[in-house]
Amino acid sequence: MFRRTAIAVLTAVAAFSLAGCGNDSPAASSSGSSTTNLSGTINVFAAASLTGSFTQLGKDFEKAHPGVKVTFNFAGSSALAQQINQGAPADVFASASPKNMDQVTDKNSPTTFVKNTLEIAVPVGNPGKITGLKDFADKNKKIALCAAQVPCGAAAEKVFKAAGITPQPDSLEQDVKAALTKVSLGEVDAALVYKTDVLSAKDKVEGIEFPEADKAINEYPIATLTKAQNPEGAKAFVAYVLSDQGKAVLIAAGFDAP
Amino acid sequence: MSRRGRSTTGRLPVVLLLPALLGLAFLLVPLIGLLAKAPWSTLPSRLFSADVWQALRLSLLCASLATVVCLLLGIPLAWVLARASIPGRGLIRALVTVPLVLPPVVGGVALLLVLGRRGLIGERLDLWFGFSLPFTTAGVVVAEAFVAMPFLVISVEGALRAADPRYEEAAATLGAGRWLTFRRVTLPSIAPGVVAGAVLCWARALGEFGATITFAGNLPGRTTTMPLAVYLALETDPDVAVVLSLVLLLVSVVVLASLRERWISGLR
Repeated sequence: MFRRTAIAVLTAVAAFSLAGCGNDSPAASSSGSSTTNLSGTINVFAAASLTGSFTQLGKDFEKAHPGVKVTFNFAGSSALAQQINQGAPADVFASASPKNMDQVTDKNSPTTFVKNTLEIAVPVGNPGKITGLKDFADKNKKIALCAAQVPCGAAAEKVFKAAGITPQPDSLEQDVKAALTKVSLGEVDAALVYKTDVLSAKDKVEGIEFPEADKAINEYPIATLTKAQNPEGAKAFVAYVLSDQGKAVLIAAGFDAP
Repeated sequence: MSRRGRSTTGRLPVVLLLPALLGLAFLLVPLIGLLAKAPWSTLPSRLFSADVWQALRLSLLCASLATVVCLLLGIPLAWVLARASIPGRGLIRALVTVPLVLPPVVGGVALLLVLGRRGLIGERLDLWFGFSLPFTTAGVVVAEAFVAMPFLVISVEGALRAADPRYEEAAATLGAGRWLTFRRVTLPSIAPGVVAGAVLCWARALGEFGATITFAGNLPGRTTTMPLAVYLALETDPDVAVVLSLVLLLVSVVVLASLRERWISGLR
């Protein structure tokens, strides 16, 4: 209970400091309240792993602010960062890793809004009899991991290094959803994915927690962009994601508070 | 050569020439962009890494094997579509072209559902022989053949329809059986169509990405073909992706151009 209050306070502080930031920047017009006269479309570029929770947040936000439309572009964070740098019309960017957030040049200072932890995903019934991370070194088990080039693969590498295990993967998937699909179709005995992914496919996939997961917790930053066409809307949406209501939706999806 | 070229263009109406030039530019400008962006100074060092050659070798091997599979299965299929009188031929022809319109990723999922470890057929393979196709080089060949075969079938069927059936009839009156006629009369007469189809098929297989990564996964040395390597390189180092793309582009242009020279012109 105390923790929740603490989160709420922190969130409020974060929202205020963000609003302060916006007022300092010359791009923001000095209209008094930013929440009352919102209008138009807010373009949000968000990591693929946020698809479920952000769609929900967008709907809630539209309900709270009639006349505002939130449109999403969900994709891998690195692809989104490239699109934004090439001039794609984005107002808000929510990335699955700080690295991809750093790649974007024209942004206001980002805030970490959630954390995501790795979990072992196995098909329902656990046919490969996976018990922990050590099974990933077993050549006789079919294993899928994310490629080291994408965030979930980089996190997996860290975890294996910490555990002193050399994995024997059968495939290095191009993103976390592809790895999850291989598990839900039963093609592999196990894969390393995020806790949120296990929850999103909970009738086809079972999750196994493991202690080494603490070694590679992924932080998700969110930021408004300086070239936003709807700076007021962008600010309000970010504040909403950081609010108590926003947090509740994200935590229900399996994310951890930062 | 140049005089002949000029006289033909002279007769071409502007209505055709203008869109033709636009079309050519549309196809070539992205390639020029690739060349302009290439990191020429570091190109040699990036090029001679073992990963690149491994992926390239695997790509060439799989695309060639897939083409062989398509030839063995596709030519008879094209023959049936063009010559045999079977009910519902129009429907079969439409179904044969389905992989053309199907998003390759969907094709990969479909293959998994049939040939995967829990698929309709794959489950038996796994149970009886302990063998499963996904995540193997054979799986790459299967995925590529699935996507590329329609190109061969359509091309060969067109050639069969255009071929003069009287030669086959003449062979039959001289006592040749259908198999002998097919081998000695039909096949040589449609050879240009077969070659053109095989080239298209090979090119499509070489560039295959979606079905391959979905069905066969991605493991360097076993299933990582060039397009997969390009995609993953784009995640971290776009320069490497450009280099890999250039290599793939160069190899395919060299192979396609030399094939055309040797086979198609020789057959004319």
